[in-house]
Amino acid sequence: MNDDIGPIGDWIEPKSRLLDLGCGDGELLRTLIDGYQVQGYGLEIDPDSINQCIRKGLNVIEQDLNEGLENFPDKSFDTVLMTQTLQSLRHPHLVLDEMLRVGKRCIVTFPNFGHWQTRAFFALQGRMPVTKQLAYQWYDTPNIHLFTYKDFEALCSEQNIKVLRRTFVGSPFLGLNRLFPNLFTKTAVYHLTK
Amino acid sequence: MPPDNTLPSSVDHPLGTTASQIAVINKPIDLVCGTTLPSHSLVFEAYGILNKARNNAVLICHALSGNHHVAGVDKDGKVGWWDHYIGPDKAIDTNKFFVICPNNIGSCFGSTGPTATDPETEKPYGNNFPSIQVRDWVESQKYLMDHLEIDCWAAVIGGSLGGMQAMCWSLAYPEKLQHAVVIAAAMKLSAQNIAFNEIARRAIQSDVEFKDGHYLDYQTSPKQGLALARMIGHLTYLSDDALGRKFGRLVNSDGLGATEKELGEFEVANYLNYQGDKFSQQFDANSYILITKMLDHFDLAQDYNNDPTEAFSQAKCQFLVISFSSDWRFSPPCSEQITDSLIGAGKAVSYIRIESDQGHDAFLLPDTRYQNALSLYLSRAASELEANSL
Repeated sequence: MNDDIGPIGDWIEPKSRLLDLGCGDGELLRTLIDGYQVQGYGLEIDPDSINQCIRKGLNVIEQDLNEGLENFPDKSFDTVLMTQTLQSLRHPHLVLDEMLRVGKRCIVTFPNFGHWQTRAFFALQGRMPVTKQLAYQWYDTPNIHLFTYKDFEALCSEQNIKVLRRTFVGSPFLGLNRLFPNLFTKTAVYHLTK
Repeated sequence: MPPDNTLPSSVDHPLGTTASQIAVINKPIDLVCGTTLPSHSLVFEAYGILNKARNNAVLICHALSGNHHVAGVDKDGKVGWWDHYIGPDKAIDTNKFFVICPNNIGSCFGSTGPTATDPETEKPYGNNFPSIQVRDWVESQKYLMDHLEIDCWAAVIGGSLGGMQAMCWSLAYPEKLQHAVVIAAAMKLSAQNIAFNEIARRAIQSDVEFKDGHYLDYQTSPKQGLALARMIGHLTYLSDDALGRKFGRLVNSDGLGATEKELGEFEVANYLNYQGDKFSQQFDANSYILITKMLDHFDLAQDYNNDPTEAFSQAKCQFLVISFSSDWRFSPPCSEQITDSLIGAGKAVSYIRIESDQGHDAFLLPDTRYQNALSLYLSRAASELEANSL
């Protein structure tokens, strides 16, 4: 997760309003509040994670993303952020749409299924990849929509979502993730607007 | 008025036998309805120790039928109504906080209310007691706060009508509280909620012993009406599942033969009758009418263009909002509206929705997740206090 913070920090205006969807234990939200004085709120459904957030003194709201963001008015946040959660939603494209309605800008990060390790796993073993980043068996995985960064960009262009910036986080060697992004990107980070 | 020596600057832990105290407020209080009470008394209990900075006081706001005996065991052996949550090392930790709970005016446990003597007539107020709003309770609690020389509450906490008071505090005296914990509450009652309260009032008023509210003068008591009112209320505070689990269709057939079973009473009926009768011994019918009306008329955003976000923009404290999944009188969406309005106003707020089949009553009952979350939140609040005191 710490891989994500680099570009995210640069893309957030200090003291702006931020909504973190699926904020987990609130580590990133805490970092962004401390580092950028944002007025941050996190949405989460896991009780233990919620308690972790309360312990950290964060604003955490129990809300299931699968039920939408109807309660938030249009453009009521400067940034809506979602890290490593898109692939676990029932209808990722609908939530993405909602994020872009509620936030002036959005930041999305997700595991890139096109990474060579997942490809190799599937090609050589003929079974659904189980890697460090996607560490579940097919039957118990929360990651029910796996996709590559190319799939994501296809969705963006279909839905007229404007990609402001993107960063690929992955193999630190030789800038391979810049040369062959789909093969060497573990986590893709997008800054979006509509 | 400075606090006198009988005030609990220290109370032994664990809480043990708790004793109530009376604060006599000899200042007039102007009620929302336009009437002025020249003076009033507040019965309260307090636990824990008020620190030197006098900034660790927590105000507990009771709901419709509550009273000041919120924790510990009193001299009659009665356990406080929120004892699960208040005490040493409990969620509202009396090792850290000085916890105060007054019985509010208009109620009937010793504070000025319909059963008190009207100084003008030297008779009980009865139904001449002026109508009371949530804002009046807050005002009277503010008098108590001044009486105890407390400048700022560490937290104001309440469930149901108590949560309404906590919200009201945050708007009426934004500088006077650090945290508001709003549990199973709403910014205003729904039509269905008001309707239930009206049925309860009608039940009381229909009792021939009610005598238009002057039953104390006639030395009668509308117990049947009050019991019926409570049965209706109590039923709505529970959920279908909880009742089903507890009683199902069990019949009390003690002493009846197998063929006479249909003559037995359903356990649920026995339970509800018992609850109604018990309540009618303890509560005052005029108070019940007065306080249900107060609930009905509460409307947080009324004075703010009916815009809750505008209302909450007055607030300065941090909020914790809690709801219970099976609560259908003050349902989770009511708490979610509070939360959304606070977010809209840019206020610090956390919201949790506790999975429970206990209905509205869940806010009074032990529940691990509820206890943990409240405990974590208030521990954080306590450490903020320590940091501020340094």
